[in-house]
Amino acid sequence: MTKLSEIVLNGLALGSVYALIALGFVVIFKASGVMNFAHASLLLLGGYVIAQLHDELGFAGALLVGVVVTAAGAGLIEMLFIRGLGKVELHVLTILTIGIDILLTTELVRRIGSDKLSLGDPWGAKSVEVFGANVAQARIAAIVVAVVLITLFFMAFRYTAWGLSMRAASEDREAAALMGVRMKRVQLVAWCVAGALAAVAAVFLTASPTPGLDRTTGFVALKAFPAAVLGGMDSALGALIGAMMIGLTEALAAGYQSDLDALGGGASGIAPYVVMILILLWRPTGLLGSKELSRV
Amino acid sequence: MARAEHQPPQGNEPAPAEHPGGAHPRLRQAGGALVVDGLHVAYGRSVQALRGVSITVPPSGIVTVLGSNGAGKSTLLRAISGTLFLHHGAVEGGTITYNGQNLRGRDAAAAVRAGIVQVPEGRRVFAGLSVAENLQAGLLGTGDRRSARAKQARERVLELFPVLAERETQHAGLLSGGEQQMLAIGRALMAGPKLLLLDEPSLGLAPMMVGRIAQVIREIAEQGTAVLLVEQNAAVALGLAETAYVLDVGEVRLTGPAAELARTDEVRRLYLGDHDESGHAGTPAEGTPHETPAAATSAPRATLRRWRG
Repeated sequence: MTKLSEIVLNGLALGSVYALIALGFVVIFKASGVMNFAHASLLLLGGYVIAQLHDELGFAGALLVGVVVTAAGAGLIEMLFIRGLGKVELHVLTILTIGIDILLTTELVRRIGSDKLSLGDPWGAKSVEVFGANVAQARIAAIVVAVVLITLFFMAFRYTAWGLSMRAASEDREAAALMGVRMKRVQLVAWCVAGALAAVAAVFLTASPTPGLDRTTGFVALKAFPAAVLGGMDSALGALIGAMMIGLTEALAAGYQSDLDALGGGASGIAPYVVMILILLWRPTGLLGSKELSRV
Repeated sequence: MARAEHQPPQGNEPAPAEHPGGAHPRLRQAGGALVVDGLHVAYGRSVQALRGVSITVPPSGIVTVLGSNGAGKSTLLRAISGTLFLHHGAVEGGTITYNGQNLRGRDAAAAVRAGIVQVPEGRRVFAGLSVAENLQAGLLGTGDRRSARAKQARERVLELFPVLAERETQHAGLLSGGEQQMLAIGRALMAGPKLLLLDEPSLGLAPMMVGRIAQVIREIAEQGTAVLLVEQNAAVALGLAETAYVLDVGEVRLTGPAAELARTDEVRRLYLGDHDESGHAGTPAEGTPHETPAAATSAPRATLRRWRG
């Protein structure tokens, strides 16, 4: 039983981190209509900045700078490419983000090399007992931080003018524009928020028991992508649920690895995608994706 | 057919119906007027949607722009409200000023700040948001959502459309077509516009609902908001408006007081579905080489007259 509760807690922690990333996907998709494939490289950027600065500035200072730099980087992408190119079809912009991702990742991987960088987080390898389960402190911190940030995010989405603008714009851009919504500003803020969330996610994605930031961290981040897709891509709540499902599935697949030997090793790596495919077969618009809501 | 009885009392009428070859009626008033002068709009490189359109909307009252599909009515509204770019269109010539302030090349947010709000064609309510949230969204351009003014605007809208108060928590997508149109108008009124642009509010609505919407438009105008009404349903529009313009393939073809325009043979035939050409005392307004019999014989228009009772 201890094992199961450990696995569940680990899964929730992993799910929390994926949720931070998946919300970034969703918020950008809602604001710009673009699937941001450059998200993984933005996360890597945030992690790299924190790794480089934590010796000088301390963890908190480095985290702050990392968040700001990543938010600014995302905002820059929005201004230069998403908005700057003007009248371009959305699928073109989506593919463009793949190009940005490759460029940014290549440069960061060149700098990181084969190192494993520590982000200097204060939790180290310490672990705590929760419900009889032995769980790394960083994982508990991930859950706590994610709960706080995601709550703030949902409150902003629900109650602020920005949140209402976002929701209105994702429903109907022209009608929102006609209401006087400043679309450019809403879009820019969306990208910056997504970038900031990615930088925070980078901390927990690389904290113990993971060895640290390395060149593959970006790939790990991409597992949040199926979370956003199976949630419905334009639903923040869907992304949250999707992220938890992916996190739990991955943790369970890893925890019961020995029982899954028949499938070959590494089942946990593909579990998120298997879950995504199964869910989409069942519900093609995702769990909470916007269906055509109309009177018959 | 006594259409003239619908004409509200109005002091300064513009010049009677005339061909817009050169002059158009200048209604320029002390301020608060929307003046569109010689507007040229193109979509892409080849499609000329508007060719030298000039219209004036005084600070109060209802002005209507009539025309069939593709005449350029929606384009005109998009140019005024700053949403042309969303349709890959651009203003290529002419001016748009409101209250003396330039609106050409400005975005929709600027138009809203200037006091011009458009109700888009096809209602376009935010289907996934609740009715209350849709109304809130109408305040987004004003920068204040919780002030006393916002509260007042909300009360005014709910007074105008009591049905919206009953459905506040419902998703807007679940409302009927007429209710959605009311919500779309209510949402636009939340910003407290000085000039309301309405794009085909009667489109796709049941006859009774068309009458109800017409009544609301009159009420809005009586409360002091100027209205620029774009319609295919000429019977309704001419009954409401003081001044009317008829757009045809991107140009103003006729203009004048709505009541007089309604009496001209050309408008009767083209837009009111009147096939009986004999025995009318109206001003003959012929002279355009291309008459479009297709527009004249379209069945729905012939039935529209009945809606006016």
